[in-house]
Amino acid sequence: MTQGIYTVILNEEIAPAVFKMELAGDTSALKAPGQFINFKTEGLYLRRPISVCDYQDGRITVIYKVVGEGTEIMSRAMKGNTFDILVGLGNGFDIKKSGEEPVLIGGGVGIPPLYRLCKELIDAGKKVSVILGFNTENEIFYEKEFSELGADVTVTTADGSYGVKGFVTDAMCKIKYDYFYTCGPEPMFRAIESIAQTSGQYSFEERMGCGFGACMGCSCKTKYGSKRICKDGPVLVREEIIW
Amino acid sequence: MVDTRVNLSGIEISNPVIPASGTFGFGYEFAELYDINILGTFSFKGTTKEPRFGNDTPRIAETPCGMLNSVGLQNPGVEKVISEELPKLKKCFSKPVMANVSGFSVEDYAYTCAKLSQEEQIGWFEINISCPNVHGGGLAFGTSAKNAEAVTKAVKKVADKPVYIKLSPNVTDITEIAKACESAGADGISLINTLLGMRINLKTGKPVLANKTGGFSGPAVKPVALRMVYDCYEAVKIPIIGMGGVASAEDVIEMMLAGAAAVEVGAANLVEPFACKNIIEDLPRVMEKYRIKSLTEIIGGAH
Repeated sequence: MTQGIYTVILNEEIAPAVFKMELAGDTSALKAPGQFINFKTEGLYLRRPISVCDYQDGRITVIYKVVGEGTEIMSRAMKGNTFDILVGLGNGFDIKKSGEEPVLIGGGVGIPPLYRLCKELIDAGKKVSVILGFNTENEIFYEKEFSELGADVTVTTADGSYGVKGFVTDAMCKIKYDYFYTCGPEPMFRAIESIAQTSGQYSFEERMGCGFGACMGCSCKTKYGSKRICKDGPVLVREEIIW
Repeated sequence: MVDTRVNLSGIEISNPVIPASGTFGFGYEFAELYDINILGTFSFKGTTKEPRFGNDTPRIAETPCGMLNSVGLQNPGVEKVISEELPKLKKCFSKPVMANVSGFSVEDYAYTCAKLSQEEQIGWFEINISCPNVHGGGLAFGTSAKNAEAVTKAVKKVADKPVYIKLSPNVTDITEIAKACESAGADGISLINTLLGMRINLKTGKPVLANKTGGFSGPAVKPVALRMVYDCYEAVKIPIIGMGGVASAEDVIEMMLAGAAAVEVGAANLVEPFACKNIIEDLPRVMEKYRIKSLTEIIGGAH
């Protein structure tokens, strides 16, 4: 983990209330897809944990939804503004455990961390399928970006306005895969858990105090004892999760 | 050259800055960030006789200038603290550490302290009789002078290290509890633990925390902490470790002027992982600014 001052290069709305922010600064602490960074926002006491969508030398991309005061403040940031951020938090996804044909399943703002994961899996020579779940057509983002990485992308919408009508599981049951990675809301996790045929990894969300393992604010019980979502997670493997 | 050294019950520490229990784990998360040997000492994660998972989540809520927590004393239990945590700590911290202990009965406290007392790494005990997040324990001992006295006596009997009793602010008169601890033989007191609080989620209409209530800490509580340290300094002769909202070198000096012999830093560690390092490095500058040659000389200076 490192602490640094990051400069906003870009901050644009890519879907209703969903923003893409690019930040310039040290990326050396980022070691795996699915890690997160913790934003200090003016006037609020606790930091805001946001998952990393992508990074390269000196540049971090995050995609976040405005859901409260912290993300509201972030959404107003202009090019050139700065944030105090803790970088390189959490374990991230383990790509070594993947089979040859992994499927990546994202729901809404659970999608961003799968982007970097998709990139790394494709670089590792895997045949990657991606399922992106949204409520309705105008909420869709990053379909093209995943396709451009070389993934086979299926979009589902709950109201059927675009792609496959229904939930991510309606697409998942028609796809051939030998491992899965997922990030999204917990009801989606439960649906995936009920139909998944293979091992996989889930990236969880929880209200956090510190984000780096000190406060025990985000502990959860697993089959192998208590784990901190922020430090031992946010990614847990299917076999250790207690539902 | 300014002198930042203070003495806590016969053990000299290089500066009065002590990360508070529950905000610093057993040290190693922070040892990855900086050399934690720069600290005066630190108070390790509240330890109980049996392992505890703690409360359900959400355990954290935000407030203006502060936070609520209802972790509920999650810890691996005293046996594992001795067999696993202390050996790990030894690799990154060479100074005496403060053992924070909690319990659900007088016997619990005595049992855990007796076990830990044999460990050479431990310099002091900090006995938590004020955890607001555990029903039927912790706080129940800290809100009654009689119970506080009973715990103090039981722990003093088995502990061969100085014993500090950590007091709750959730009482009518904290000085009454402080005096009870002093008369029962406590070597010092530490205060304040968190204030009992609540937040309600407007979307659900229910409390944010799964435990409903939680301990309130952060800069917002500093004036309450200062007032209570000030009052206790008038009431007892034993040393006081002051805490509550401390986040800067100026806050450390303010707390010492109120009467604290050393100062704990809690919530600040969670939002600024380098908070204690920054405070320690900034102390000499702030001391010079206020023409303070030695921190020991300013203890209780506001009286």
